[in-house]
Amino acid sequence: MSVLVEEVLSNVKATSVGNSVGAAKVTAKDFQSDQDVRWCPGCGDYSILAQTQRILPDLNIPRERMVFISGIGCSSRFPYYMETYGFHSIHGRATAIASGLKMARPDLSIWVVTGDGDGLSIGGNHMIHLMRRNVDVNVILFNNQIYGLTKGQYSPTSEKGKVTKSTPLGSIDYPFNPAALALGSSCTFVARSMDRDPKHMQAVLKRAAEHKGTSFVEMYQNCNVFNDGAFFTLTEKETRDENVLYLEHGKPLIFGKEKDKGIHLDGFTPTVVSLKDGKHSVNDLIVHNEKDSTLAFILANMTYQEKLPRPVGIFQSIERPTYDEMMSQQIETAIQKRGKGTLEKLLNSGETWTIQ
Amino acid sequence: MAKTTKSLDEVTIRFAGDSGDGMQLTGTQFTNTSAIMGNDLSTLPDYPAEIRAPQGTLFGVSGFQIHFGSKEINTPGDQCDVLVAMNAAALKVNLRSLVNGGSIIVNTDGFNDKNLKLAGYEANPLNNDSLSKYQVFQVDITKLTTLALADMNLPQKIVDRTKNFFALGMMYWIYNRSIESTIEWVNDKFKSKADIAEANIRVLKAGWNFAETTEIFSVRYDVKPATLAHGKYRNITGNQATALGLVAAANKAKLDLFLGSYPITPASDILHDLSMYKQYGVKTFQAEDEIAGVTSAIGASFGGALAVTTTSGPGLALKTEAIGLAVMVELPLVIVNIQRGGPSTGLPTKTEQADLLQSMYGRNGEAPVPIVAASTPGDCFYSVFEASRIALKFMTPVLFLSDGYLGNGSEPWLIPTPESLADISPKFRTDPNGYLPYLRDEKTLAREWAIPGTPGLEHRIGGLEKEDKTGNVSYDPENHERMIRLRAEKVERIANDIPLAKVEGDEKGDLLVVGWGGTYGAIRTAVEQKRAEGKSVSHLHLHYLNPLQKNIGEILYNFKNVLVAEINMGQLIKILRAKYLVPAVGLNKIQGLPFKSSEIEKKIDEILGGK
Ligand code: SF4
Repeated sequence: MSVLVEEVLSNVKATSVGNSVGAAKVTAKDFQSDQDVRWCPGCGDYSILAQTQRILPDLNIPRERMVFISGIGCSSRFPYYMETYGFHSIHGRATAIASGLKMARPDLSIWVVTGDGDGLSIGGNHMIHLMRRNVDVNVILFNNQIYGLTKGQYSPTSEKGKVTKSTPLGSIDYPFNPAALALGSSCTFVARSMDRDPKHMQAVLKRAAEHKGTSFVEMYQNCNVFNDGAFFTLTEKETRDENVLYLEHGKPLIFGKEKDKGIHLDGFTPTVVSLKDGKHSVNDLIVHNEKDSTLAFILANMTYQEKLPRPVGIFQSIERPTYDEMMSQQIETAIQKRGKGTLEKLLNSGETWTIQ
Repeated sequence: MAKTTKSLDEVTIRFAGDSGDGMQLTGTQFTNTSAIMGNDLSTLPDYPAEIRAPQGTLFGVSGFQIHFGSKEINTPGDQCDVLVAMNAAALKVNLRSLVNGGSIIVNTDGFNDKNLKLAGYEANPLNNDSLSKYQVFQVDITKLTTLALADMNLPQKIVDRTKNFFALGMMYWIYNRSIESTIEWVNDKFKSKADIAEANIRVLKAGWNFAETTEIFSVRYDVKPATLAHGKYRNITGNQATALGLVAAANKAKLDLFLGSYPITPASDILHDLSMYKQYGVKTFQAEDEIAGVTSAIGASFGGALAVTTTSGPGLALKTEAIGLAVMVELPLVIVNIQRGGPSTGLPTKTEQADLLQSMYGRNGEAPVPIVAASTPGDCFYSVFEASRIALKFMTPVLFLSDGYLGNGSEPWLIPTPESLADISPKFRTDPNGYLPYLRDEKTLAREWAIPGTPGLEHRIGGLEKEDKTGNVSYDPENHERMIRLRAEKVERIANDIPLAKVEGDEKGDLLVVGWGGTYGAIRTAVEQKRAEGKSVSHLHLHYLNPLQKNIGEILYNFKNVLVAEINMGQLIKILRAKYLVPAVGLNKIQGLPFKSSEIEKKIDEILGGK
C-alpha cells in the first residue's frame, strides 16, 4: 500500500460494523443501503441479496473493507443495495476491475456479482483469466439461463432448443456448464447453490468468503419474468430430493427422498445405483473430496445429464498461492535484493555523463 | 599512410541491414557513445513489423539513423551523410535516404548472387557505375569477422551475429569515438557467457583496427561536444522517459503506481521498463486484453493508486467504453497512447499522429477527456508527469499522446532532481460528516476521492447517470444535462491550471506554423532556418490539446497565415478552425514517417513566396 493510503487508513477509526474488536452486534441490516430494491417482485435475486447480507456480519471483516463490484445485467444492480463500497461498472468487466483493485489493495474483501450473460458471454475472457490467476476475489454468478435486463433473449447457459425472442425457432447453441468452465480455468474454489435454498446458500457463501483465492459460486436464480421455473425441478419440494445431489466433503454421495440412491463410479463414469436392491451398499459410492480435482471434474460433468441428479455444493476447494500475494512478494523480494528504490536513484540509473 | 582529421558540426549516419543483423543494437551503441561524448543528437529507428523477416529481402531491412553534432540537434536528419549497408537489400531500400555525394560502407559479402536477386538487382551495383554519385567503401566484413574469431571455434551462426560490431568498430574509428562504453556494455550483457563477450569485443576492436591500419579510410572526423546546459545527462528514448515520468509522478503523489497493460507495438517497452521497477513499489499487470488493461487500472484507481494503462491506437479503440466509465465515475486515470500508423492494424512499427480525434471524441456520449502530448523523447517525462497531475487534481481520465517516433527515438536528457518536481499528492476524503460522493470542489469542480477502507464513506459509483451531489442513479432530464455540462466544465477549467502557450519566434508576423507532438524538432529546425533567411515566421507547439490553452486564439489572430503541420490528414486543424474560425491551411504527411524539416521549409516558402 502506498504511503498516502496507509497514512489515511491508519488515521481513521474502524467502525464497529463487522469488526470483531469491541464490536457492537452487527446484523444484516447494517449491510442494507438506503436505496429501494428494484428487481421484479418474486425475482430470485432478492434471496441472494438477503443471504449475502446475512452472512457478512459473521466474517469479522470491517464493513468499510468490503467492496461489491458488478457489470451490467439485473444482478449487477446488487452493489447499490449494499451498504459497503460498491462499483456498478460496464458490461462484463467487473472481474477485471476487481483484479486491479485487489492488486492495488490486498487488504480489501472483494466480491464480484455477475450473471450468465455478463460473466460468461461478454465477460467470459476476464472471468477465465481471473480464475486461472487465482486472484483473491469472490464471484457470485447469478445463473438464470436468460437475458433479463434486455428482456428475454437466450444466454450462454440457456439449454439448446430454447425458444426466445432472438431464437424463434429454438437456439442452436450448446450451453456452458459454468462449474466445469471454472474447473477448466483452474479455479481453486468452485461451488453451486440455489436461490430457493437459503440455508445451503449461506453455507456456501460463507465458505466462499473464507477461501483464499478465487471463489466461484454458480447460483441458480429464477427469473420469474422471462424464464420462470427454469430450476423448479431442482428447487421445489416435490421434485428436489430426487433431482439434487448435495455434495458434502467426506460423505458418500447419497440422494433421494428416502436416501436410497447413490452415485457409483463405473470406470470414470458416474452412475446412479440403488441402495435398496441389495446389489450395492454405501461402500460402493463415491465419497466426496473437495481436494480431489479429478473428482471435481467428474462431478461437474454430471450437470445437464438427464439420468443423473444435479450436483450442488462445493465441487472443489484447494489451496494455491494467490496472484495478489505473489505480486506483493515479488515487490518485497525486489526491495530486499536491490534495496528500496528512490526517485533519485531511478532517474540517475543507466549510463550518465556530466556537462560542466 | 598519413591520415587526416577533419572537423564536422553535424553528421547523420544510417545503419542498415537484415532484421537479424543487429542494426538497432549497433545504432543504440553508437548513440550512447556519442551521447557520453557530449554530442547533441536525435535518433530514428526504422524496423520491419516482422520479427525475423526472411533473410536478405527488401521488407526484412532494418535501419537506425542517428543525427549527432556539436550544435543543437532537433531531428534525426532529413537524409543521411553515411550509409552502412550490410547487404544488397539494405542498400536498395536506403539509397534514397543518402545525400548526393554521401558515403556508403558496404559489406561485400552481402552482395552475392542470392542477395542481389532478393534485392531485385540485375547487376551488382558495386561493380558498375550506378553508385558513381557516392563514395563507396567496400569491406568484406563477414570474412574479416570470421578471421578475427578463427581460433575461437565458435559456431558460424555466432560468428555471423558479431559482424555488426565490426561495422560499429569501423564507425567508431572514423568518427573518433571511444569504444570503452560499448566494451563495458558487452561485458555486462554477456556476464555469464564469457566467450560471446570476448568474440564481440574482439570483432569490435578488429573493425576499429581495420579502419585505422588499412588505406581504405584516409580521413577521420571529429565531431566536438555540443554546448548543452550544465548538469548530468543520460540518453533516453520517449518510452523510457514515459516510464520514468510515471514512476516520478507516483512518487510525487505519494501513491503506488499501478499499470494495467496488454502488449502492443510500439508501447510494450513501457510495460517492460515498469516491470523492472518493482523495488520502487510499481505494480505491473499484463492483462488478458486491452479492455482488462484499462479496467484493472480503473479498479486500482478506485482503491487509491495512480493508475495507468498503456497502449497504441487499436488498443485505445478497445478501451473506449472503459474510458467513458472513468469519465462518468470521475476517477483519476492516465491513458498512454503511443500512436502508430492506422487504421486497423495499420503500420505497427511506423509513426503517425492520427489518433488525436479518436482521443478527443472517440467515446459514446459527451465524454470529454483532457489530452496532453509530448514533443520530444525527453519531454515524454514531463508530459506524462503533467498528465498524472491533471488526472489526480481534477479526478478525471487523461490521455497522454506520444508516438512511435518519439517512443523509439532518443536524445540526451538533462536529468532533473526529484526536488525540482512538484508535489502532486491528492487529498483523500476521510471525514464522514456531510460526505456525498459527487460534491465538488468549487474551483476545479473535481469530486473527492474516498477510498475503500475509510469508515463511514461507504458509497457506490457506476456507469449509470449520477444525480448531482449524491451520485445516486438518476434518469431526471434536467439532472442529466446539468451533469453533462458539469463534467465538460470541469475539463474546461483545467485551462486555468496550466501555463499559457508560448510562441517560438515573434508574436506577430506573416506565418505561424502550428504543430503538436513529435513534429516539434522538424518544425523548429525549419522555422529557425527560415527565420535565419529573414522570413517572418514563428512556431507554436501545442502540448495541451484538450483543453487548449487560453491564449491560443489570441496567438493565432496575430498572424496573417496559419499553417498546421501534422502526420495525419488534418486533425488539429479541424479543432483550431472550428474553435477559432481561422483560415488555417494544413501540411499533411501520412507515410508512417516523421516530417523532414525540408518538407516544412518548402511549404513555408510556398506560403510566403520566395525561393
Ligand atoms: S427480469 Fe428476471 S432476473 Fe431481472 S429482475 Fe426481473 S425477474 Fe429478476
